[in-house]
Amino acid sequence: MTKTTVRDWLKKPIVGILLAIAIGFAVGAIVLLIAGYNPGEAYGALFRGVFSKPKYFAQVTIKSTPIILTGISFVVAFKSGLFNIGSEGQYITGALVAAIVGSQINLPPVIHFIVVILAAMVAAGLVGALVGFLKSRFHVHEVISCVMINWIMLYLSNYMITLPWFKKAGTEASVEALESSWSVVANNWKTSEEGLQQLAGSDSPWAEALLKTDLNYGILIAVIVAIGIYLLYKNTVKGYELRAVGINPHAAKLAGISVDKSIVTSMAISAAIAGLAGALTITGVMPHRVTQLSMHEGYGFAGISVALIGGGSPIGSIFSGIFYSMLTYGSASIQSETGAAGEIMDIVIGVIIYLIAISSLIIMLLNRKSAKAGKAAKNG
Amino acid sequence: MDNIGIVFSITLMYATPLIFAALGGIISERSGVTNIGIEGMMTIGAFAGAAVGYFTANPWIGFACAAAAGGALSALHAIACVKFHANQIISGVALNLIGLGVSLFLSRLLFDGVTQTLPVPNKLPKLVENGPGGLNLDSTVLVVLIFIIGVWFFLYKSRGGLRLIAVGEHPAAADTLGVNVFRVRFLAVIVSGLFAGMGGAARTLAVVSSFSPIVISGHGYIALAAVIFGRWNPVGASLACLLFGFAQSLVVVLGGGDIAIPSQILAMLPYILTIVVLVLLRGKTNAPKASGIPYIKGQR
Repeated sequence: MTKTTVRDWLKKPIVGILLAIAIGFAVGAIVLLIAGYNPGEAYGALFRGVFSKPKYFAQVTIKSTPIILTGISFVVAFKSGLFNIGSEGQYITGALVAAIVGSQINLPPVIHFIVVILAAMVAAGLVGALVGFLKSRFHVHEVISCVMINWIMLYLSNYMITLPWFKKAGTEASVEALESSWSVVANNWKTSEEGLQQLAGSDSPWAEALLKTDLNYGILIAVIVAIGIYLLYKNTVKGYELRAVGINPHAAKLAGISVDKSIVTSMAISAAIAGLAGALTITGVMPHRVTQLSMHEGYGFAGISVALIGGGSPIGSIFSGIFYSMLTYGSASIQSETGAAGEIMDIVIGVIIYLIAISSLIIMLLNRKSAKAGKAAKNG
Repeated sequence: MDNIGIVFSITLMYATPLIFAALGGIISERSGVTNIGIEGMMTIGAFAGAAVGYFTANPWIGFACAAAAGGALSALHAIACVKFHANQIISGVALNLIGLGVSLFLSRLLFDGVTQTLPVPNKLPKLVENGPGGLNLDSTVLVVLIFIIGVWFFLYKSRGGLRLIAVGEHPAAADTLGVNVFRVRFLAVIVSGLFAGMGGAARTLAVVSSFSPIVISGHGYIALAAVIFGRWNPVGASLACLLFGFAQSLVVVLGGGDIAIPSQILAMLPYILTIVVLVLLRGKTNAPKASGIPYIKGQR
């Protein structure tokens, strides 16, 4: 019979993460206090800004879609011992290809959408495979090639937008993807006269959540991807191989697993998922086009945070993605209601991740103590 | 002919902040601690420099405070990586968020709710202003030159530097010879923060005159790339930073002219070139062997 002690309970990863979140908010509260704001009011505003209307929560869900996916993207590479800091560039690749295929090719609805996301995933996947190839063949560290490719893709996207066939005249943006490629929920209602009247007639907050947001099917696809990746690692030989390479490449090699091939595969899958995130933004969210960027939008870096708060698991990334999105979306309410800078949430998230980084030591200390206790019990 | 002065000026203007940060990266990595938090340390340095420079009207005090702010943030990294054996990359990611968050939070607090600080009344002085061919040189160029020589001399010609390198290559061996691995690494990470902070301020007190969220956007990561590109050597890394700066100056100079290369394609060049050079080196990069690995006493 084993009795679960408080110590065992503390060692569970989920408990550690929840503790980190609690401490993160506590640090945020202290910072707010020092700056002369009432933390209770600020967190109240955050809560209301997310939950007081279905529309707000719909926005949170919409904004969580790309970062859940870039989070899963990070998880996939991380399982194979790779640090994919290039989701940013892979996201841009996906968005760019989605905007091109979505605007230049004419196909029936649904089919068009599928072609768009597949094209985007293949393109981004190739970018990831290149990173994996450079690493396995030429020992170019993936962090460096990813940082470089993030910028190359940003400039490539900016360049493509200047081309006459792709640029929308008079704007700093590309032409829009055709409606047949969209993944907007109830798009027919929103675009037809009768549908609009029907929706406008009802004053239900749920109708508002549908009508006044870009609610789209992306979140469902993100959940499906998360489950798919979970099953890949849990139930397939390929998934086992990819993980083995991350845990111990030498042992994996001795066991007959091709480490080089696994690195390329892992990076390709990881990047394809980041590309999917970009594509779903184009198909799901107004204005369905890519614009000139002067700096990165941060979806890739947000994905790293999401993956780490999600405990390095694809399913966990769904929850942490929604959590992250709540904090960033709700931070606007903190600012409008209390005047405190919404960036307090960046500090809170940073502290949470910092604590997650040092949590390994806490677990180690707990293990050492319980080992000592176990020895004492045996000898005694 | 007119353009040579401009190309030279823009190259140095863009490269100088990167070189500060890269020197910091070298010190930290050579001691065996990966520091991708340099981006956040540059950001907080950029903010501290601009804010203190605004309130005191003295850019040099701002510059010193920027170094202190970077050093303070890097102390968190040092505690996590050296004391708590944390995953160094995760800690770095956290610091980038905290550095940006704190900078923007304080900016809104001190500057009427906006994330852009007011311009500093006095920028750092210029060494050369409107010289021949449009030559402009900031005093930070001279400062960084002194630091490049200083770091080179420290690493290769001083006892402390050799200890630092030993700790980064084989901490257990250094430990048995009586070198305090933890102290060396702790100090190295703090120094890397000081440098990164100065790098940030070199942008907000010399290149532009105020802080905004885009003033540091990816510069820290590029500085880290320069560290690897320059093979962990202060001179090599500085040359790599100059290459990035040179490409940037070409974008400015050729972008305005009638040469048929789109500026976006030019802007890609340094990044493509970095990858190509790394491919040619085939990983023969002399990376410090213990870089990124926490040192735990008694473990081999």
